[in-house]
Amino acid sequence: MNFISIKNNQCIQFAEIPVLPYADFYSLIDNKLTTAPEAHCVAYYGVPSGKSVQLICCIADDATHLIDVASAVVEPTAVLESLTAKHLALQLFEREIHENFGIGFSGHPWLKPVRYPHNTADKSLTMANYPFYQIDSEELHEVGVGPIHAGIIEPGHFRFICNGEQILHLEIQLGYQHRGVESLFLQKTKLLQRATLAENIAGDTVIGHSTAFANAWESLCGFEPSRQLQMERAFALENERIAIHTGDLSGICTDIAYQLGNSVFGRLRTPVINYFQRWAGNRFAKGLIRPGKTNFQFTKELAEQWLDMIGAYRPDFVEMAEQTFDLPSVLSRLEQTGRVAPETARAIGMVGMAARASNVVRDVRASHPWGYYDGLQYQPVTEPVGDVYCRARIRYDEVLRSIDMMRQMIDTMDYKPQQPATLDAPKADSFVVSLVEGWRGEICHCAITDAQGNLLHYKIKDPSFHNWLGLALAVRNNEISDFPICNKSFDLSYSGHDL
Amino acid sequence: MLSFALIFVASLFFTGIVVRVKSLASGRKGPGVFQPIRDIWRLLRKGAVYSRTTSLVFQLAPSVYFASILAAIAVVPLGSYAGIVSFSCDFVFFAYVLALGKFFCIIAALDTGSSFEGMGASREALFSMLAEPAFFILMGTLGLLTGRTSFLQIFSGLHIDSNLSYILVTIACFLLIMICMIENSRMPVDDPKTHLELTMIHEVMILDNSGFDLGLILHATNLKFAMYGALIANLFIGNMPLWGSVAAFFGIQIATAVVAGVIESFMARFRMGHNSQFILVLSSLALLMLLGVMLIIN
Repeated sequence: MNFISIKNNQCIQFAEIPVLPYADFYSLIDNKLTTAPEAHCVAYYGVPSGKSVQLICCIADDATHLIDVASAVVEPTAVLESLTAKHLALQLFEREIHENFGIGFSGHPWLKPVRYPHNTADKSLTMANYPFYQIDSEELHEVGVGPIHAGIIEPGHFRFICNGEQILHLEIQLGYQHRGVESLFLQKTKLLQRATLAENIAGDTVIGHSTAFANAWESLCGFEPSRQLQMERAFALENERIAIHTGDLSGICTDIAYQLGNSVFGRLRTPVINYFQRWAGNRFAKGLIRPGKTNFQFTKELAEQWLDMIGAYRPDFVEMAEQTFDLPSVLSRLEQTGRVAPETARAIGMVGMAARASNVVRDVRASHPWGYYDGLQYQPVTEPVGDVYCRARIRYDEVLRSIDMMRQMIDTMDYKPQQPATLDAPKADSFVVSLVEGWRGEICHCAITDAQGNLLHYKIKDPSFHNWLGLALAVRNNEISDFPICNKSFDLSYSGHDL
Repeated sequence: MLSFALIFVASLFFTGIVVRVKSLASGRKGPGVFQPIRDIWRLLRKGAVYSRTTSLVFQLAPSVYFASILAAIAVVPLGSYAGIVSFSCDFVFFAYVLALGKFFCIIAALDTGSSFEGMGASREALFSMLAEPAFFILMGTLGLLTGRTSFLQIFSGLHIDSNLSYILVTIACFLLIMICMIENSRMPVDDPKTHLELTMIHEVMILDNSGFDLGLILHATNLKFAMYGALIANLFIGNMPLWGSVAAFFGIQIATAVVAGVIESFMARFRMGHNSQFILVLSSLALLMLLGVMLIIN
């Protein structure tokens, strides 16, 4: 075996990962991605080992429910054959490796900077001299938007090349939000500090990222959370999904100037997000998910409060959504706008809700289930076309699905008080991959420990990392005035990408 | 003079009513009816900031734009009471003095060198060009119906008496409301509330304006609203006595504002590419009206 197959959250010895020569590593990954139709790369990154770099690639195979991990040790000065030439989905991973270690990739279309980390290999690359794609033409014009935007959103620069009102090309330059989260995970040694870091990776995916961290950490410590704790976490994750999806529907209505939808969905989001206030003391559920324990026990009263809240929410939500998706003026804006064809979505490795809207069944809850979802046989929702309408519609369907799932959880929970467990120290020389389906899609955290059981390396991947390219391709040949709704329909994270 | 004063009074609350209707429709209380005019008063007391890339044109444009609206209002009558001036074919003067103001707005937007404002300017130029035939066919038709050539004579000569004329007035009303929405860059053609640089038309052209200049431009929009409201009111006022004219004027202004608010509340705006189609439909509607008038005359 020249790779090792592990399950989601399965802790293995780091030495168990086979180390291959790069040529074998290359053909192995090429072969996996070509032959297994449901295989996609969830993480591909470098870990410094002495003066060389160990490349680690995790390929998740949705058909076998296993994650195949292989590695290769290369020198930072090496120029390797690029996998991107055959598998476009790896383009950003290779750019990131190039940026961090200076490893060259021959055949990669353009090794542009990703996020300008402080310890980047080539310090001469700065924001100011980012190499934009340009077309020299009298007829075409460029429109640059950001990094400071009119709305209260995060910074990122968008450069359009347009033919009149039509977008020919969009390039998205990110990196403004880079905070060095991955190195902070190593610098901060207290568990509480790390858990706090995890929930601040992306402000709208607090539960998603903190669950991924908790799963990875508990697995490293050999701790198995109780069924009740697993359910509470899944309950929080689904509630986050409902809240953010509803807010996004409101945002989409704002961008097409449909005032009724904007205000009603906006009002409906509030009680769902405020529910976390009652449960965890703040609306964004910070502090709710902690490895090995919970500080906010889920009680019968909380369950009843949720049922009351959702009992009022659901009929209004269904009525508003049905009305929105029936209104001709809304449909005329959403349908056939910003389409990502299924083949494209697959080729660029899109994940999560946006991929499912393009009819690509990619849902970690079904393919690599963890905790409560293990044994649930969750059936993902998909949409056929991949336009803005599908990305809006899938939110509606997923919200209803989540409500049903949460009602079931309430019926099957035992509400036993949780005793905080004392976690053992993480196992030495271990490796774990933790996948979680946040509301936006697949979140991946990979941890490696050293001989003393301290964190040696921590790798984070937000679904935005895959999907930003999807947005750039979706808007091609669309009107530039439709960019805002395309953007909102993806609703990607800047800080999750920039880390 | 009377109509000028009334339009000015109506301009003080017109946008406020639109905003209030939108707030109520979405279940909110909303700001007071005079809030927009308070904001403008605040802006008018401020100084303006000018970008270093702009020239004199940019500083001149808001005043020219505002003046052009005032000049256009001068020819608008109130039923059988003349505006400040009234002359033959004054509706041509009306249309082109507005176009002059718009021209200055457009070159000022280009003057800033911003790619957003350039896009907004190109859209505004296209859409007002497409709306122009609708307005002229409409006025020409009314002229043909009454056999007169000035606003005052056309409106005072207009009598709603036959079934056909009810249809004509309905179409004329619809056309004027839609032209009003296009000229003021409101829904369903443009949306002033979204604040997205890439989708706005008029709002994006005035991104660089500030203080006094911005106040002028914003109040020009209010005046334009009230001015089109006055044209709509004139369709109905005819030869009413003075008190009736004034009451009808305010009633119709308020009704127009409510209609604008309702349109903006319950539908999504058009895709940019569909706007041109929609505006061209207005011209064909105006042609339909012309056909109706020819039937009457024969």
